Amino acid sequence: MPNSKTLNTKRDFDVIIKGRSLWADAGHRLMRNKMAVVGMSILGFIILLSVIAPYLQMISPDLFPFTFDEVDWDNISTDPSFENHHYFGTDGNGRDLFIRTLYGGRISIMVGFVATLVSLVIGVTYGATAGFLGGKTDSFMMRFVDVLYSLPFMFFVIILMVFFGRNIFLIFIALGAVEWLDMARIVRGQTLSIKKKEFVEAAHAQGVSTYNILKRHIIPNTLGPVAVYITLTIPRVIMIESFLSFLGLGVQEPMASWGVLISEGSPEIETAWWRLIFPAIFLAFSLFSLNFIGDGIRDALDPKDR
Amino acid sequence: MPILKVTDLKVYFNVRKKFFWSKNNADTVKAVDGISLDLNEGETIGIVGESGCGKSTLGRAILNLIKPTDGQVLWMGKNLANLEKNEMRNLRKDLQIIFQDPLASLNPRMTVGQIITEPLKTFFPNLSKAERRERVEEIMLKVGLSPHQINRYPHEFSGGQCQRIGIARSMILQPKLLVCDEPVSALDVSIQAQILNLLMDLQKETNISLIFISHDLGVVRHISHKIAVLYLGRVAEIAENEDLYKNPKHPYTQALISAVPIPDPDLEQKKQRMIIKGDLPSPLNPPSGCRFRTRCPKAQEICAEVIPVLEQISPTHIVACHFWREP
Repeated sequence: MPNSKTLNTKRDFDVIIKGRSLWADAGHRLMRNKMAVVGMSILGFIILLSVIAPYLQMISPDLFPFTFDEVDWDNISTDPSFENHHYFGTDGNGRDLFIRTLYGGRISIMVGFVATLVSLVIGVTYGATAGFLGGKTDSFMMRFVDVLYSLPFMFFVIILMVFFGRNIFLIFIALGAVEWLDMARIVRGQTLSIKKKEFVEAAHAQGVSTYNILKRHIIPNTLGPVAVYITLTIPRVIMIESFLSFLGLGVQEPMASWGVLISEGSPEIETAWWRLIFPAIFLAFSLFSLNFIGDGIRDALDPKDR
Repeated sequence: MPILKVTDLKVYFNVRKKFFWSKNNADTVKAVDGISLDLNEGETIGIVGESGCGKSTLGRAILNLIKPTDGQVLWMGKNLANLEKNEMRNLRKDLQIIFQDPLASLNPRMTVGQIITEPLKTFFPNLSKAERRERVEEIMLKVGLSPHQINRYPHEFSGGQCQRIGIARSMILQPKLLVCDEPVSALDVSIQAQILNLLMDLQKETNISLIFISHDLGVVRHISHKIAVLYLGRVAEIAENEDLYKNPKHPYTQALISAVPIPDPDLEQKKQRMIIKGDLPSPLNPPSGCRFRTRCPKAQEICAEVIPVLEQISPTHIVACHFWREP
């Protein structure tokens, strides 16, 4: 039973803890994770650069005199230098690699996030529904997923491209539509194990509605693995997009993604090292950051597992 | 007039065999097979029996968490099986449960405050935040938690404290019936006593009825007014607490009671132990007649042929055995 001393500490605790929600709490824990914070800073910086890339010329025409598809006839395939304002050098067509790398970042990051978001929305809804309903509905829904798994992905994308023409949004949809399969499986498995837990039964016994059981008890408990999986999906989607671009099915000239720049730069490594190194650094740093952030999110959401 | 009347309750589960080409692919487990009980207001009934005898299934079927196959659960005269979904949900306010594994019964992503508030949010959505918090702090004090722990997570507590949180969650709506499904078997002995005393204090204060499920006769003796002994889904004996311990009639009850250790080495040495042989038979294929006959020292031919009915041997004592008159 509380004596006067614990009552005093109660007041102290009130001051410290008051009004901190679960997500805010997770946020605090995430901010205490140094690697995650470093990752977020690097990724944030890269995203910021990519976002402002088209406006750099407007901001300072002296420092950034080039656009991404402008040919500088005096500087074809030159090394990085500050005097001619090609900070990352130029490619074989005399286009400024710094601006092209930032533009590539726009495409790659957008593909990564949007396609992952598509897969997240479809996958979590589908998986949670299948897992929660269970029984025959579950088997039917998951066999459908198995059928989709067995379709060759490349044919699927090629057919889409042939029918609808090349289009960046089609890439989002195609990637998202393929990546949600894994997400659905993960969420279904989680849901199956969580709905048998005693706290869900306790919620049933307390008369909590099905909707609130899903919202308060089941979905929050699936988010740990989902958060980790998201951070694995984003880099994979970026990679797949690079591969598609390499096959000529992705982004087309003069636009570029990191994947395109890297695949163009790799044969030139002996003569023009900068064409491979700079996009590769951007890609690698983004992927590293995403992994550290994912790790941090998992730890923050799962205080028990530390 | 009892507030809870269970009549001939049956819960059967269909167990499918593994291969779809095997012929009779639905076996039935009769987890609860015709149990009848009464419970008065403010009374505690202890339910004992070994693992797999249907104790937990009975508790859940009474709360309508598992649909009974047959029979009735009358709560204040209403048959729970016939209620509409909404009516049932409203009744849940009066019928609560606490679980065996205290940590598993709390959502790991919710704070203690959120966990205890949830029933309030469900049934009294109009309460203001301050009112809710006040009631949560009040109940936390009542179950022996300090309110400054309100923003902690379940994993930051010990097993006993988690059980207190579970009790607080169940008690905040001031229910009339609490099913305790082995609430202390995961705790160590000193904590067990604290939780039992807490439940008894709460009962004195609120006049709540308890259904206390346990496999520990000592624990049940401490808390119960009357005790039902189950064996393989059927009632073996129901009696008032002291009556059952002093005067057990069913051989199974006698064996169980003789197995309770006495905390005095001399008495323990002298005690006559009645040992029952073998294991619990498979509930998929229970013995004919009296289900206890395969392990019963008194078993005779009639036990295999005739199912013993529950006989009233005193106003508060019933037993299902052909030979209860014999010592």
